[in-house]
Amino acid sequence: MSPAPLKREVYLLSRIGTKDSHTLAAYRASGGYKALEKVLTGGFTPQQVTQLVKDSGLRGRGGAGFSTGLKWSFMPDPAKDPRPRYLAVNADESEPGTCKDRVLMEKDPHGLVEGILIACFAMRVRTAYVYVRGEYRASYARVAAAIAEARAAGLVGEKILGTDFACDIWMHQGAGAYICGEETGLMESLEGKRGHPRPKPPFPAGFGLWGQPTTVNNVETLANVPFILERGADWFKSLGTPKSPGNILIGISGHVARPGVYELPLGISARTVLEESAGGVWHGKKLKAWLPGGSSTGFLPGSAIDVAMDHDSIREAGSMLGTGAMVMLDETACTVRAMQVIARFYDHESCGQCSQCREGTQWLAQIFARLERGQGRMQDIELLSSLANGMAPGKTICALSDAAAIPTHAAVKHFRAEMEEHVRLGRCPLLAPGAPATHELEEAHA
Amino acid sequence: MSALPETLVREFEELVRHYPERRAALIPALHRCQEELGGWLTPETLEACAEFFRLEPVEVFGVASFYPMFKLRPVGKHLVSVCHNISCALRGAEEVLAEACRVTGCRPGGVSADGRFTVERVECQGACTAAPMLVLDGVFHENLGVPDVARVLGGAR
Repeated sequence: MSPAPLKREVYLLSRIGTKDSHTLAAYRASGGYKALEKVLTGGFTPQQVTQLVKDSGLRGRGGAGFSTGLKWSFMPDPAKDPRPRYLAVNADESEPGTCKDRVLMEKDPHGLVEGILIACFAMRVRTAYVYVRGEYRASYARVAAAIAEARAAGLVGEKILGTDFACDIWMHQGAGAYICGEETGLMESLEGKRGHPRPKPPFPAGFGLWGQPTTVNNVETLANVPFILERGADWFKSLGTPKSPGNILIGISGHVARPGVYELPLGISARTVLEESAGGVWHGKKLKAWLPGGSSTGFLPGSAIDVAMDHDSIREAGSMLGTGAMVMLDETACTVRAMQVIARFYDHESCGQCSQCREGTQWLAQIFARLERGQGRMQDIELLSSLANGMAPGKTICALSDAAAIPTHAAVKHFRAEMEEHVRLGRCPLLAPGAPATHELEEAHA
Repeated sequence: MSALPETLVREFEELVRHYPERRAALIPALHRCQEELGGWLTPETLEACAEFFRLEPVEVFGVASFYPMFKLRPVGKHLVSVCHNISCALRGAEEVLAEACRVTGCRPGGVSADGRFTVERVECQGACTAAPMLVLDGVFHENLGVPDVARVLGGAR
């Protein structure tokens, strides 16, 4: 079976190379805010906008891949439920390996603002908050400046473009907790609390920020919206695959010649991303293993590099598309060390509400650490599986526990032999003779 | 009587207007306090924030201690945060961290003897395609080699 070649067309990043792409003047010069104008003055109803986004097949780009139009349609009918309602923009990009929303916010912030305005029109939202991770100061400054420019130009606030549509957008700075990228953790944090995820149900569309109807959308998701409104659902579906239409921003990092954020159609072969976009594995080395969509998605072996980068294909291959953040390991990399780093991260970021996650992430981190330094036991490998089985799926309030368990299962599946060798030799088998072990370096600077 | 400087009080009064509930501005306000009041949140600052936000001090402590960006102990004049997560680890993060410690005379989490620097390990900062990286006083420095570290940190006075 040889599928038709995917159409290549750049739109999300089409403006970022141009001069002053972050300014209103440059954005307008390249046709910016035309989609908003079309929506507000072209006789669109909110339902029609939602329907168009639903028809386009756009799936959320924050990791879960849920239908954006469908999510919008969960917001209650304001005639029956007149409570205030909110849009929370998830700009808390923190999944290790992921740095694509940052490109949009720093280089094309008006694209995000226009997407927010259209989403708010569709959901009849009067107030939106952009929750930016605390470390992204440059992104915060650019989006805040874009909102100020848009407000001065009558695009944010009252009577937008002379119509009855009113919408405020406020910036909100997070403070370095990964869990606040989880939508209910984000809402708690936005309310000025610890980022403790809430049990679901109730879902945000019924009980979100301050108990009011709320939708949480990712930055890249919203950046797609103006293009869909302007060019239509059929155009969008002409890109990508039938079940995962459109382009996706793929950040590829690790052992590659040209790491970077590249815009490619969903369904693109991972090999094409690695070889054409990123220039292949660095220094002419071979690919050993890779993560297709951030640290929570589970390693695939290097042999699986011909998989298509779309939700269904990656799932069939045994992992997840996640945020499309590919992290590549060359043949000299130690996968046990990589897992130690990943497990340490989830241990650090667990909010501590659920015991399976609070204790489980700590155990995983400790076990991977001792395996890496050659102090592990053969039964540790079974212990990893057993722990991961106790942590997920669906055993905790949110998916952070799953995010630690999934790569653990994948590591046991694909790298068992390497773990066993660490135990047998009492050291990392990949370490050059005489070279300091990573844990020695790490302990010297613990 | 709030112990917060008048300029911050005015700023926070404006900030709370963005939200239906006053408390929502707490985290942005803690950031501003940390920036303006010595680089870390003293117990007195947290108590003053509690008063401003009409919360019990323990609630403000609870929030501040949850978020890694908030410092509850003294830090050096310059804060150096080195990412040690996967994309950076694959391209020499531990070497960059070791060099940052050597140049500043810090141990991770500690303050240098001259009080100029704190070096800390941090989780992914979102600079994965420009790894390894460090953050100096909120500014990203990316695509670092070990020799770059002394130059970057030399810029901090």
